[in-house]
Amino acid sequence: MIDSVEWRPDRAAEIIAGHAGTEGAALPILHDLQAEFGHVPAEAVPLLAEALNLSRADIHGVVSFYHDFRDHPPGRHLLHLCRAEACQSVGGDALAEHARARLGAGWGQTSTDGALTLEPIFCLGLCACAPAAMLDGQVIGRLDQARLDAIIDEARAR
Amino acid sequence: MTVARFYVPADAGALAVGADAVAGALAAAASARGVAIELVRTGSRGLYWLEPMVELATPAGRVAFGPVTAADAASVLDAALGQPGASPLFLGATEAIAYLARQTRLTFARCGIVDPLSLEQYRAAGGYRGLERALTLGPAATVEEVVASGLRGRGGAGFPTGIKWRTVAAAPGDRKYIVCNADEGDSGTFADRMLMEGDPFVLIEGMTIAAFAVGATKGYIYTRSEYPHAIATMRRAITIARAACCLGPDALGAGRGFELEVRVGAGAYVCGEETAMLESIEGKRGIVRAKPPLPAHKGLFGQPTVINNLVSLASVPIILADGATQYRDLGMGRSRGTMPIQLAGNLRYPGLFEAAFGLTLGDLVEDIGGGTRSGRKLRAVQVGGPLGAYFPPALFDTPFDYEAFTAADGLIGHGGVVGFDDSVDMARQARFAMEFCAIESCGKCTPCRIGSTRGAEVIDRIIAGRNVAANIALVEDLCATMKFGSLCALGGFTPYPVLSAIRHFPEDFTRMSEAAAAE
Ligand SMILES: Cc1cc2nc3c(=O)[nH]c(=O)nc-3n(C[C@H](O)[C@H](O)[C@H](O)COP(=O)(O)O)c2cc1C
Ligand code: SF4
Ligand code: FES
Repeated sequence: MIDSVEWRPDRAAEIIAGHAGTEGAALPILHDLQAEFGHVPAEAVPLLAEALNLSRADIHGVVSFYHDFRDHPPGRHLLHLCRAEACQSVGGDALAEHARARLGAGWGQTSTDGALTLEPIFCLGLCACAPAAMLDGQVIGRLDQARLDAIIDEARAR
Repeated sequence: MTVARFYVPADAGALAVGADAVAGALAAAASARGVAIELVRTGSRGLYWLEPMVELATPAGRVAFGPVTAADAASVLDAALGQPGASPLFLGATEAIAYLARQTRLTFARCGIVDPLSLEQYRAAGGYRGLERALTLGPAATVEEVVASGLRGRGGAGFPTGIKWRTVAAAPGDRKYIVCNADEGDSGTFADRMLMEGDPFVLIEGMTIAAFAVGATKGYIYTRSEYPHAIATMRRAITIARAACCLGPDALGAGRGFELEVRVGAGAYVCGEETAMLESIEGKRGIVRAKPPLPAHKGLFGQPTVINNLVSLASVPIILADGATQYRDLGMGRSRGTMPIQLAGNLRYPGLFEAAFGLTLGDLVEDIGGGTRSGRKLRAVQVGGPLGAYFPPALFDTPFDYEAFTAADGLIGHGGVVGFDDSVDMARQARFAMEFCAIESCGKCTPCRIGSTRGAEVIDRIIAGRNVAANIALVEDLCATMKFGSLCALGGFTPYPVLSAIRHFPEDFTRMSEAAAAE
């Protein structure tokens, strides 16, 4: 389960203030905001711009550059499937195809029931236990279709 | 009194195949039998096809069982308490397993053996001998020791580490930095991850030696958000080292401080490029900087900066501890010392294999790697990540050496070796290389940004069998433009996988057009 809360400007301000004195604090702050709210809400951009003494355009540029940062909340669960070569060599593409068909969701999309967001990831460093995935931060190796189905079923039930 | 001590890895690769459940089941089985066991969580030995691999301490050394599932735990415990050899999962003395016995573990000497967060065990297993020797040698002689070892960058470019340090040591600056490149974005690689999870103090020691050698006061370890376990272990290790004064205001002797911080990337492959990484640490978009100035002169926040791969830095303690000569005496040609090679993908025995340079690619994938996991014919091997070339069996005699791989139009990169069986479609692999470049391009150069998108489209046409010969020529042209018109190796080296696929596996590019002609 993705553990996140509703947007609260005071909480965001607290998070930002927690990084006062950090050199080049943008990424650490953005990670913390996303951990708290499940995404980086647009409302956070002006707060960050002010704290870091940068323009809103600068902050927006940073947020949009990095694949990790989402501008809207994910589904109840987040499944990262590895799309990189070592996983391809043991059937990763077919698994991805299967996941997309079963969820009716493409990369970066959420199944219509809101259960699961499917994200591509390029290598989890689990290439010796490929194909690999990560479900809500839990690593999964030697993934096969049966296991993938079980993950999807469980995510829908919870 | 505990009757047995078990070691169960907490490495992410082991966790991904159930190591926590195995540890839990062992503990439960022990309490059900009313016996007290000690469970030590370690890094991984790197024999991933045997993970979760459980080890047992015996008077004659450790013995191993694997791969163990939670359902096997009770029977493994019973065997351990009686006759370990009676278990069908018994592998014998760990160090005698051929895969390990054949290695030369220097950088990975402690990985999978010690409790990663025990500074006491780190010291008992030889840790901090390197820093001690550096402190007696002095900064300049420490740099020269690294030069003499012949150590070259393990992140890809293979630049001599000591020479880089010499430049930074000589550069004037109010503040100098050590940046550890632990971004490890290459598919097929996991050496950095294993060390952060299995022996984090070796990196802390290596960075401390670097700081002492060049006069730096602050270090950053930049790693990936894809590595949550490594991040957690590394941060805890830094806290422990600081509490023990191995980091902090007196880390390099009275009044000479060194501070260390972990920074986490955000899913951008290009941030593994050193100047994009500096931008990212500064809180900006990860756009590659033009060189000069070199990071050694003007790096992080404009200050002289050593930026090295994690394995480069983690190899320094053993070099200092045992002397440059011992390290330099290993290897071949201008590739000195050992390389932690990572065998991955469709191989029967995937894992970490640290060895002196010079083994052939065939030794690595057929003999050590055991051929494919699928049991089919091994058809292609990609070496060096997404920017590395695909090798056919005809080139398996290429020795693992920087120059030999360059001569074969490839690169060793960070040492990732990924096997593919004969179900692979090399045109699709070439297309993926272009697509990956398009997804990850920082956008600064047109050939990289636009050329890769165009490249993927053209390969789609080849796959569909349209104007194949002309389109192959077009891809080759695009590759030439990317190679010569790109600022960094993302655009510049994407042609390696693409062109090697076309050159060595031409049949995969013409299949559709022949099928069409036959109709
Ligand atoms: C697109 C791109 C990605 C890179 N990724 C990494 C990486 O993940 N890890 C790494 O150590 N070097 C990476 N490099 C190489 C670094 O730019 C640099 O050469 C290296 O960190 C220097 O350290 P070394 O001399 O110890 O190898 C990358 C280069 C490029 C162009
Ligand atoms: S080659 Fe690509 S990634 Fe490298 S600097 Fe140019 S646009 Fe950026
Ligand atoms: S390629 Fe999938 S985990 Fe490395």
